[in-house]
Amino acid sequence: MNLTIALFGIAREIVGKSSLDLTVPAGQSAAGLLADLRLQYPALAGLRSLAVAVNNEYAAEDVALHERDEIALIPPVSGG
Amino acid sequence: MSDFSAAERQRYRRHLQLAEIGEAGQQRLRQARVLVIGAGGLGCPILQYLAAAGVGTLGLADADQVELTNLPRQILYGPADVGQLKVEAAARALRRLNDLVTYELHAVRVSPANVRELVAAYDVVVDGSDNFPTRYLLNDACVSLGRPLVSGAIYKFEGQVSVFNYQGGPTYRCLFPEPPSAAEAPDCNTTGVLNVLPGLIGTVQATEALKVVLGLGDVLSGRLWILDTLSFQSRTLRFRRDPVQSLLNLDSANPADYFDASCAPALPLATAISASDLQALLAAAEPPLLLDVRGRLEYQRRHLPGALLLPLPELAARAAEVPRTRPVVVYCQSGVRSAKAVELLQRDFGFANLQTLSGGLEEYPGF
Repeated sequence: MNLTIALFGIAREIVGKSSLDLTVPAGQSAAGLLADLRLQYPALAGLRSLAVAVNNEYAAEDVALHERDEIALIPPVSGG
Repeated sequence: MSDFSAAERQRYRRHLQLAEIGEAGQQRLRQARVLVIGAGGLGCPILQYLAAAGVGTLGLADADQVELTNLPRQILYGPADVGQLKVEAAARALRRLNDLVTYELHAVRVSPANVRELVAAYDVVVDGSDNFPTRYLLNDACVSLGRPLVSGAIYKFEGQVSVFNYQGGPTYRCLFPEPPSAAEAPDCNTTGVLNVLPGLIGTVQATEALKVVLGLGDVLSGRLWILDTLSFQSRTLRFRRDPVQSLLNLDSANPADYFDASCAPALPLATAISASDLQALLAAAEPPLLLDVRGRLEYQRRHLPGALLLPLPELAARAAEVPRTRPVVVYCQSGVRSAKAVELLQRDFGFANLQTLSGGLEEYPGF
């Protein structure tokens, strides 16, 4: 299935764009998606806190993803 | 019972006219004690609106002085304030705006040593700080002391706002359990930022702070509001209280979360060692390697027993000769060259096993 992932903060810097189109196996979990992305973009693996949002809801690791889900990677930011 | 003067009634009329605020609400604002951490990009608009709203007591906490680079976004300050303490310059501007407010100035950096006393003295904390260690420290203090934390943060063109620890709601750690490492925190004053961004985010924080004080509407608790000004998209992420993370407080969290190597000076104090500590290490079972970075003649004249000689000018070319797995103490005559050597090896070669002898041989007994 095809997913579009919106990227924020430092995740956007690491991937180099504000959204990413990916094809993943059907039923892929949020944790599985993150693991795939960390292989593809090793710098993402360096982020200790990186929230995955699915349909504007903080996603637990085992949440199964569906095509047309609205997915976002949200790291904390610290500027003031 | 309120005792607003005629001038106050006139000043706050637009609030008094709102049924949702009215005299009782304006009275709550006047009785409120709100602490604003950071008088920078976020702090300025937060303070400006909370002062103008008639919050009775505003605490300002910031140890910094106004710099020229602050002026485009830190809108309480002008060129004449450069070099002055931010809390003092801010209070001057705020008194012009509303002298009915009591301003309490804390020209300190919030730290584990003072956070409890600071937070305990206020009803609501608004976080406009510029680094992760302070954000985790404030979160944990607010959990320990039961205070709501109106949090806002910015990065380049993006901002985030949420209210943590509000009436049993989730905390910062429920959303972001682990403090980012030094390597992933690029924004200790070094990253650019669109000047109007802290204005947008800070006024949203001020809005939420007023709602918390007034008990008005649905406070942004359990939700993270994200604004991306470039795409002009905003989203609100819902999140829940985590049974473990939400309990972490000043007593139970890891104190290392409150320190950040990346924002420390180039050579943090932790990498310096005193002569007496070095003597103790040298007497222990596994002594560190000694690295002398003075010149050859100085070395020939006298050096510490067993020291390896690598003169500072040759260090970059011969960095491979410095061991990485064993602790190394770098020394010179007075501590200046060894500090440069450690900085060079850490910054350009990624060494993490180095200490510099503070004061150099001049402070070493017998030299």
